[in-house]
Amino acid sequence: MRFTSLSGLALGLALSSTAAFAGEIVLNSDQSDPAPKKAMEELIANFQAANPGITVKWNNFDHEGYKSAINNFLKANPPDVAAWYAGNRMAPQVKAGLFEDVTDVWEKNGLNDQLKSAAPSMTIDGKKWGVPYTYYQWGIYYRPDVFKANGVNVPKNWAELVAACAKLKAAGIAPFAIGSSQKWPTGGWFDYMDLRVNGYQFHMDLTGGKVAWTDPKVKAVFDKWAELVKPGYYIENAAALDWQDAIPQFASGKAAMYLMGNFAVAPMMKAGLKEDQLDFMQFPEITAGIPMAEDAPTDTFHIPSGAKNKDDAKKFLAFVASADAQTKLNATLGQLPVNSGSAKPDDKFLKAGFAMLSSAAGLAQFFDRDAPAEMASAGMDGFQEFMVHPDHQDAILARLEAVRAKAYK
Amino acid sequence: MSAIAAQPDAPLAASWWKRNQLQLAPWLFLAPGIFAFAVYVMIPIVQSVSLSFYEWDGLTPDAKWVGFGNYTELWTDPDFWTSLRNNVAWLVMYLLAVPAGLAVALFLNQNVTGIRVYKSLFFFPFVISQVVVGLMFRWFYAPNFGLLSGVIKTLTGSNIAILADDRYATYGIIAAGLWPQIAYCMILYLTGLNNINSEQVEAARMDGARGWKLLWNIILPQLAPATFIAVVVTVIGALRSFDLVSIMTKGGPYGSTRVLSYYMYEKALSEYGFRMGYGAAIAVVLFLIMMVFITYFILQMLRQERDA
Repeated sequence: MRFTSLSGLALGLALSSTAAFAGEIVLNSDQSDPAPKKAMEELIANFQAANPGITVKWNNFDHEGYKSAINNFLKANPPDVAAWYAGNRMAPQVKAGLFEDVTDVWEKNGLNDQLKSAAPSMTIDGKKWGVPYTYYQWGIYYRPDVFKANGVNVPKNWAELVAACAKLKAAGIAPFAIGSSQKWPTGGWFDYMDLRVNGYQFHMDLTGGKVAWTDPKVKAVFDKWAELVKPGYYIENAAALDWQDAIPQFASGKAAMYLMGNFAVAPMMKAGLKEDQLDFMQFPEITAGIPMAEDAPTDTFHIPSGAKNKDDAKKFLAFVASADAQTKLNATLGQLPVNSGSAKPDDKFLKAGFAMLSSAAGLAQFFDRDAPAEMASAGMDGFQEFMVHPDHQDAILARLEAVRAKAYK
Repeated sequence: MSAIAAQPDAPLAASWWKRNQLQLAPWLFLAPGIFAFAVYVMIPIVQSVSLSFYEWDGLTPDAKWVGFGNYTELWTDPDFWTSLRNNVAWLVMYLLAVPAGLAVALFLNQNVTGIRVYKSLFFFPFVISQVVVGLMFRWFYAPNFGLLSGVIKTLTGSNIAILADDRYATYGIIAAGLWPQIAYCMILYLTGLNNINSEQVEAARMDGARGWKLLWNIILPQLAPATFIAVVVTVIGALRSFDLVSIMTKGGPYGSTRVLSYYMYEKALSEYGFRMGYGAAIAVVLFLIMMVFITYFILQMLRQERDA
């Protein structure tokens, strides 16, 4: 009797010790900017408090470096959780079997309901490959004080936008700030031009490789875009600047508008803009009657298939997906929670973004997440060239069409 | 008797090593080197060449045999030709480092107080990392606040963003690369100048040679070994240029500053790069170009050794 109770005690001890050392999960991600970094630190602290016994070892990568590092570490030294992006951007990793199927995490935690809006962009071959934790709107951030000083009203459609640009330019102000030395900001411009000229379905077909780049409808997009490029409605030497480098010109009033994602608000405020000097507007209508679709990139967490501690990693994913965790995380990030049960944001830009995205006709991820890697890279090279040499349009489109023939296999 | 009979046996067993010692010893000494050379050089070359016949994304286990498909695609790829053209520009312009290095070396080859300090200052750019050189030149060129763009603006009245303009960007990067390369050639020539036979110089002086004549007929021939090494390192340096392109422009604007090594990286390993086979094909082309020069250099060296 005594003997069995002792062994029972030993068993109990053994159990408690496995619980105590339940494990460590290694988390690789790229929250290198100040606000995201703080948000991650809080998220990890909250997760560890809610799951005593699990510690998170966080490797924070530089934002740009992470994108080329991920394929290496997924194969050579996989962490337990890795940050990445939704849509076509995760397709190479999923197809290569580097990400774990986490459909069970979605089912067990009721995520199919709570994360419904993001479910299609997390699904490949009918399975879920990660959980989304944040998304954010794209749109035009502008300077209401500069608009007012130059007698410009917030443009409601393309004609008004072009007129506003002409007026600002005449006053010696660059209408649009952009920095295209990292080429992705040009992808945002193309997305919006195409979404507004041809609509959501056409844009998805184009990034999906179903439409030729030499199609007249694509040419129409570039012709419209040329109405801003040819008169020089962008800041000078944009190709020499990073997107952050262009912010000082926007903050000092040398440029009046900036097409960007909502993550730009924090650095814009930091550059010295006050609440009433910065506002947000939806990208105006171009082709009348086309329902307005928006860019709203979703950031995600995945479990690499080579992870050593998948059980705890799944706990982490479930935690990140929960309504409460997303509320807190996104409050610090300054972005929108994906979970429909999360508290609505009370920040002015997020409110505007949330309202806009809730009524959107469709959500695109972003050019380099909707199009496969090779097409995305060549495409953004082309957009960058177009913004400097709009007269190269035909050559660019012919080149992109040649890439399309190879990139979708 | 048996002891005597056994005697030849024992030395025979020991003498296998003794008999072959002379043949074996060199190979034993070479073995570590051969091993490292095979693992780090020969085998990767063979692997690259074989990989260039496949279509492979670097992630999935199955690679598809495409024969010379990657090479025929290269032939019609405008980006590849841009990269190749830029490599030629690098090669030609980079060679300016050799005469420039010689000029600086001749200038510094005098006995003034503190000359060692000046020499080390001139050598300094070669010591700092290429990444730092790239960053410094990026700021130097930056429109609006860079030193050079400020100068250009006061001279011409307009701002030129050198690294964002496809006409100048490659030359801007090469200029940045020349800075440390000139220092390198300079140090090669300075050591060469130390070994100049002063009697010959004096004899030439007595015969009335001076200035260019002295330099051309007396000094330069004696510097031939230094010139040879300077050309070799400069040509190789031009062909492997990667760091500066990566730091200063990332191949942009719109791919106009790519060189072969950077294009290979972009296609195979970068953020959007999933084409290992295509990247390998680019690497093979670069390797073949390098082989032309390397073969020439090696033949040249062999000839010198034979003559010596």
